[in-house]
Amino acid sequence: MKEEGKHKKAKKYGMVINLDKCTGCGACMVACMAENNVPFKEDESNKLDSITWMRVYKLTNGKSYPDADICYLPRPCMHCEGDHGHSPCVSVCPATATDYNHDTGIVSQIYTRCFGCRYCMGACPYHARYFNWWDPVWPEGMTKYLSPNVSARMRGIVEKCSFCFHRYQLAMNKAFVEGRSELEEDEYQTSCTQACPAGAITFGDLNNSHHKVNQLVKPDNNHGGRPMNPNAFRLLERLGTNPKVYYMSSREWIRRAGDNYIENEGQTKGQIKSHH
Amino acid sequence: MDSALIPEGVKRCSFGKFALAIMIAGGVLLWGVFAMLLVWIKGLNQTNMNDYYGFALWIWADLGVIALGGGAFFTGLLRYIIGKDELKNIINYAVLIGFICYSSALLILAIDIGQPLRGWFIFWHANVHSMLTEVAFCLSCYFGVLTIEYIPLILENRQIDKVPFFHNLAHNMHEVMAIFAATGAFLSFFHQGSLGGVAGVLYGRPFAVREGIFIWPWTFFLFTWSAAAYGPCFTLFVTRLTEKITGKKLVKQNVIELLAKISGWMMGSYIIAKIIDTWYWASVTAPARGFNLIDFYSNNPFYGIWILIVEIVICGVIPAAILLTPKGRSNSTLLFTALSLACIGVLINRWVMVLQVMAVPVMTFENWVMYIPSWQEVATTILPVAYGIILVMISFRYLPIFPQERELNP
Repeated sequence: MKEEGKHKKAKKYGMVINLDKCTGCGACMVACMAENNVPFKEDESNKLDSITWMRVYKLTNGKSYPDADICYLPRPCMHCEGDHGHSPCVSVCPATATDYNHDTGIVSQIYTRCFGCRYCMGACPYHARYFNWWDPVWPEGMTKYLSPNVSARMRGIVEKCSFCFHRYQLAMNKAFVEGRSELEEDEYQTSCTQACPAGAITFGDLNNSHHKVNQLVKPDNNHGGRPMNPNAFRLLERLGTNPKVYYMSSREWIRRAGDNYIENEGQTKGQIKSHH
Repeated sequence: MDSALIPEGVKRCSFGKFALAIMIAGGVLLWGVFAMLLVWIKGLNQTNMNDYYGFALWIWADLGVIALGGGAFFTGLLRYIIGKDELKNIINYAVLIGFICYSSALLILAIDIGQPLRGWFIFWHANVHSMLTEVAFCLSCYFGVLTIEYIPLILENRQIDKVPFFHNLAHNMHEVMAIFAATGAFLSFFHQGSLGGVAGVLYGRPFAVREGIFIWPWTFFLFTWSAAAYGPCFTLFVTRLTEKITGKKLVKQNVIELLAKISGWMMGSYIIAKIIDTWYWASVTAPARGFNLIDFYSNNPFYGIWILIVEIVICGVIPAAILLTPKGRSNSTLLFTALSLACIGVLINRWVMVLQVMAVPVMTFENWVMYIPSWQEVATTILPVAYGIILVMISFRYLPIFPQERELNP
C-alpha cells in the first residue's frame, strides 16, 4: 500500500527487435493488420499508397557471393520521444490530432480529429505514417471479423501503429477491476510480438529494469534512451528522434545500415563501428 | 455596352473582345473546378500523391503564390509605413495581386486536406507548437486584411462611387489604410516565416532542417525575406505583362525603377543570407546527420546540383545584380528578364523546400522516390491562375487600378 500511494514512475513502452532472429516471414505484418483493422486494397502491389503499420524491409550488404548477406527489418512506428515528447510528428500536427502520452511514451493518433493535412507524414523520417487515400472496403462478410476494440478509419485521415494501445487499455481495465494499478510484463503485449514465430520481437517497459526490453538494450536515459548494449541500435539515431524501437544484431553492417554516415566516417560515432 | 462602368478617361477594348477573353479563361477555370469537385467528392485518391509524397504540387503552388503575393505586404509597408509615396501608383495592383494569391492559397489548402469539412479543427484544436497552426491563423487574418484593402478599390468603381455612403466609406477606409498596411506587414512576417518554418523544423528530414534562434529555424527568416524581395518582382512582372497585353503604359518608369531597386537590394541581401545558410547547412548541419551535400543531389533522375545553381545563381544573383544597377533597371528587356528570373527563382526555392524534401531518402535502405502529378492536380493548380486572370481582367476594366493611366495615355 505504501508503494501504491507514491507517485508512480512514468512508463516508456518500447520494442526490441532482434534482426539476427527475424526470418522475414511477415507474420508480424499480418497479425498487425488483423488486430488493428488495417484496410487493404484489391491490388496491394503499389507500396507507396498501401497501409502497413508494420512493414518488413529487406536489406542487403551489397556484396556478391560468398560475402552476400541479407537482413529483414520490421519497422513499426518508432514512437519517438524526441526532446521531452516533441517527437517529429507530434510537434508539427496543427490540430493536436497526434499526441505523446507521457505516462506510456506512446504516440497516439486521434482519428476523429485528424483533418488530413499530412504534415506528420512529411515529418516522419521512418515512413511509419499512412494516409487513407480511399475509404476502407472490406470483402463481404469480413466486417464481422473486425476487431471491436479498434475503430475503423475513414478516407482522408492519417493512421499508424499504436503499439496496440487498445490492449493496454484492456489490460489496465482488468487490473483496475482486480484492484491493481500496475501491469505485469506479459499483460500488455503487442500483436506483432505475440505473432513472431522466431521470438525476434520483445515488448515492454523500457523504464522497468525487470522487463526484458530494458535488460536487452540497457537504455541510457541520460542520453535520450540510447542503448548501452553495443549490439543494439536505433534507426536514424543521429537525427535526435529518440525512438523507442530498438534493433539488435551481431552483424556490423546491419548496425551501420541503421544510420547515415558520410564517407570514411563512423569509427568513433555512437556505438556503431564501420566494417569498411 | 458596359461603358458606364468603365473609369472615366481611360480606353478599354470592346465588350465582345473582353467577354471572349473571359470565356476562354472561364473555360480553364471550369476545368479546374471540375477537377476540384472530383477531389472533394472522390477524395485525394484522384491525385498522384502517396505516403512518401504527402506534400506535393499543391503545397508547392500554395507556397509559391504566397511568396509571389508578398508584393502586397511589402509594397504596402514601403508606401504607408516607410513613406515611399511614389508607390501609391502601383499599390492598388499589388493589393489586387496579393488578394488573388492569398485567396488562391486558401482555396488550395481547402482542396488539399483529406477531410475538408474538418478544416476548422486547425483553429479549434490548435497546436501552438506547429508552424502550420501559425500559418493558418496568420494567413486567414492577412487575407482579411487584403480584403479590407481591396474593398475601397471596388467602391471606387464609377457607378458605386456615386452612392454617397460608398464614396465616404472608400474615403475613410483609405484614411486608415496605414493601420491595415502595418497589420498586414506584421501578419505577413509571421505567416511567410512560419511557412519557411514548416520545412525548417522537420528535424527528421536532414534536407529541410535548419538551426535557428529560439523556436524559429533560419528558413523562417529566409522565407519572409525572400517574399519581401521576390514578391514585388511579381507585382512588377504582372504590371509589365499587363502593359504588354493592353499596349499601354500604366505606371511611370520612376515608380517601376524605385520598386525594382528596393527589390534588388532585398534580393541581393537575401541571396547572401541564402548562400551563408546553404554553406552552413552543407558543411555543418547535414554532415552532423551523416549526409554530404552531394547526397541530396545525386543518385536520382531529376534533382542534380543544377537546381541549386539555378536557384541561387541564375535566378538569384543575376536578377539581383540587374536590379541593383541603374542600367539594368532602365533597360526594358533586362528588367523584364530579371523579373522573370526572380519569379522562377522563388518558385524553385519553394519547390525544393517541399518536393525535394519528400524525395530525398533518409533511411539508408530506401531510394529516391519521384512523383508526377495527376491531371486533377494540374487542373486544380491552374484553376487559381485562371481565376486570377479573370479577376485582373474585371478589375482592370472596371476599377481605377492605375492612377497614372489617364496621364500616361491621354
